[in-house]
Amino acid sequence: MTQPRTLYEKIWDAHVVEQRPDGTALIFIDRHLVHEVTSPQAFAGLRASGRTVRRPDLTLAVPDHNVPTTARLDANGNKLPIADPESAAQLAALEKNAPEYGIRYIDAVAPEQGIVHVVGPEQGFSLPGTTIVCGDSHTACHGGIGALAFGIGTSEVEHVLATQTLLLQPSKTMEVRVEGEVGPGVTAKDIILHITGTIGAAGGTGHVIEYTGSAIRALSIEGRLTVSNMAIEGGARAGLIAPDETTFAYLKGRPYAPKGADWDAAVAYWKSLATDPGATYDKTVVIDAAAIAPSVTWGTSPEDVVPITGVVPDPASFADPSKQAAAAKSLAYMGLEPGTRMQDVPIENIFIGSCTNSRIEDMRAAAAIVKGRKKADNVRWAIVVPGSGLVKAQAEAEGLDRIFTDAGLEWREPGCSACLAMNPDKVPAGERCASTSNRNFVGRQGPGSRTHLVSPAMAAAAAVTGRLTDVRELMA
Amino acid sequence: MTPLEKVEGRAIPLGLKNVDTDVIIPAHWLKTTTREGMGRGAFESLRADPDNLFDSADYKGAPILIAGDNFGCGSSREHAAWALGDLGIRVVIAPSYSDIFSGNAVKNGILPVVLPQAAIDRLMEVAATDPVHVDLDTQTVTTPFQDRFAFEIDPFRKMCLLEGLDEISLTEKSDAAIGAYEAKLDADRPWMRPVAAS
Ligand code: SF4
Repeated sequence: MTQPRTLYEKIWDAHVVEQRPDGTALIFIDRHLVHEVTSPQAFAGLRASGRTVRRPDLTLAVPDHNVPTTARLDANGNKLPIADPESAAQLAALEKNAPEYGIRYIDAVAPEQGIVHVVGPEQGFSLPGTTIVCGDSHTACHGGIGALAFGIGTSEVEHVLATQTLLLQPSKTMEVRVEGEVGPGVTAKDIILHITGTIGAAGGTGHVIEYTGSAIRALSIEGRLTVSNMAIEGGARAGLIAPDETTFAYLKGRPYAPKGADWDAAVAYWKSLATDPGATYDKTVVIDAAAIAPSVTWGTSPEDVVPITGVVPDPASFADPSKQAAAAKSLAYMGLEPGTRMQDVPIENIFIGSCTNSRIEDMRAAAAIVKGRKKADNVRWAIVVPGSGLVKAQAEAEGLDRIFTDAGLEWREPGCSACLAMNPDKVPAGERCASTSNRNFVGRQGPGSRTHLVSPAMAAAAAVTGRLTDVRELMA
Repeated sequence: MTPLEKVEGRAIPLGLKNVDTDVIIPAHWLKTTTREGMGRGAFESLRADPDNLFDSADYKGAPILIAGDNFGCGSSREHAAWALGDLGIRVVIAPSYSDIFSGNAVKNGILPVVLPQAAIDRLMEVAATDPVHVDLDTQTVTTPFQDRFAFEIDPFRKMCLLEGLDEISLTEKSDAAIGAYEAKLDADRPWMRPVAAS
């Protein structure tokens, strides 16, 4: 009899190329996603050492971090120049490196272009049970379809390009089980914000988290990708959700997904991956779905989460003295006073987008709230940035773009945008942004920017009221 | 990667604790396409002071840096190791490092020496006037004044640094095993190869 194994252990075991005596193993990488920021030096390294890319067929490159979200083509269909010379150089490097090494490349103006973590699953390039890496910590996202996916550094990017493997230490396993049914207005984003607030920003350090339970099973793939995306905000290198019928229905017919008899063989294999009854995790946390409210962050760590009905906490209320000091510093940065009701916090900027929340469901959820309403006067800047060209086209076919623009929100081209402000989309110093992204770090959305992480529906609610708002008040 | 066995020269007595990767190389230097030239951005905020150590006549081009606890904390950017290397630094001596930084350092041919604070204090004194000698083979740091401090290092990292081996060269020794894995994967799960529907 074989030992019962977890989903993580099954994927790990299936990818060991060579076991080393010190406990590390050479692990095969099934899919390598490449974007323009963390790859130029890796390609330069390959060139300097005269190496080639071992498996260009397992590699997919797409620019996303630096691309402007304003029009990329002029009226004649010619590419518009990119204003920032450094952004332009990174984009040009990818455009040159990918074809030179025979790597599939989605151009900045191609209809499929988008954020690498939106594009992977959407194209069926990311599949359950695969190992996926990318030089970006939110690679954890692909765990939503049951892939073991994690971010790597530039030397590792070069290592994977050259050898299609990585030397890794196995992680511990952590189960986060969300049982029950969430209430109205509570989305996947609220679930993961609540989880991050519960386990803390270092709660999953050294672990891979598997999200289980009826509330997770009930989520769509879009929602699962949102949850797994933020595994890293809880300290875990990767998140996982076991593939099931929802996953198969999502992937079937996608461009790179297996077809015909291959599809049946793939599904049979994917079904065998679920954690065996009796398998154990190193750690388990159980969360009651019914207790989760629409959530919002108040500080500069993603663990600084309160329900929208809550207040800004008093730093003295934390038991740990280092957390007290961190909270006091966060509040000074955020310009907030303890005891202020979250719903009284005014908002000047709205960002709906990022690899956490820029899929079609996110667009629909936000549009449902702004429909027939107008952006509040004190909201200076409100942008909606779909995660890919395909999401954008779908949203436009459903008329969602008009709903946003009629309400006074801007409808943009796909990319990372104000999630990390490497392109021109930035939140000004001292101003607040209700953002559907994943990091509320100091300066993340621009120097001095103040980020409140929320769901798309909550960001839409803030857009029309001009303050953080309990979305349930706006729901019919 | 250039092998590293013995390094002798002036040691920059920085001595600060919690030097984070933002101090080593500020974020705006991340928008580059090469590893080279990053030394210009290294310790930019400290070097804004015209009397800084890094640009002083005594320490310009020094191969050793002495620092306090938790060197290289913060963002995982590998640019921090590139910046140090480009500045000419081959050895950092500190009581502790962030895990990610010490891994990145070794990957880029930089030796992170761990020594207790008392040894650091003594080396800071010596570094003010005299060179310091680091020998990776014997795992010692010595001074012209008969000081001798032994340090520990993971044997795998030591070998990589001594032989100038990067991890890619090491993995290439497993080429046959990788090929065998690929062949088995193609046989067992042929549908894993991404083939675009045309
Ligand atoms: S959207 Fe943000 S978190 Fe996601 S890949 Fe882009 S920069 Fe990273």
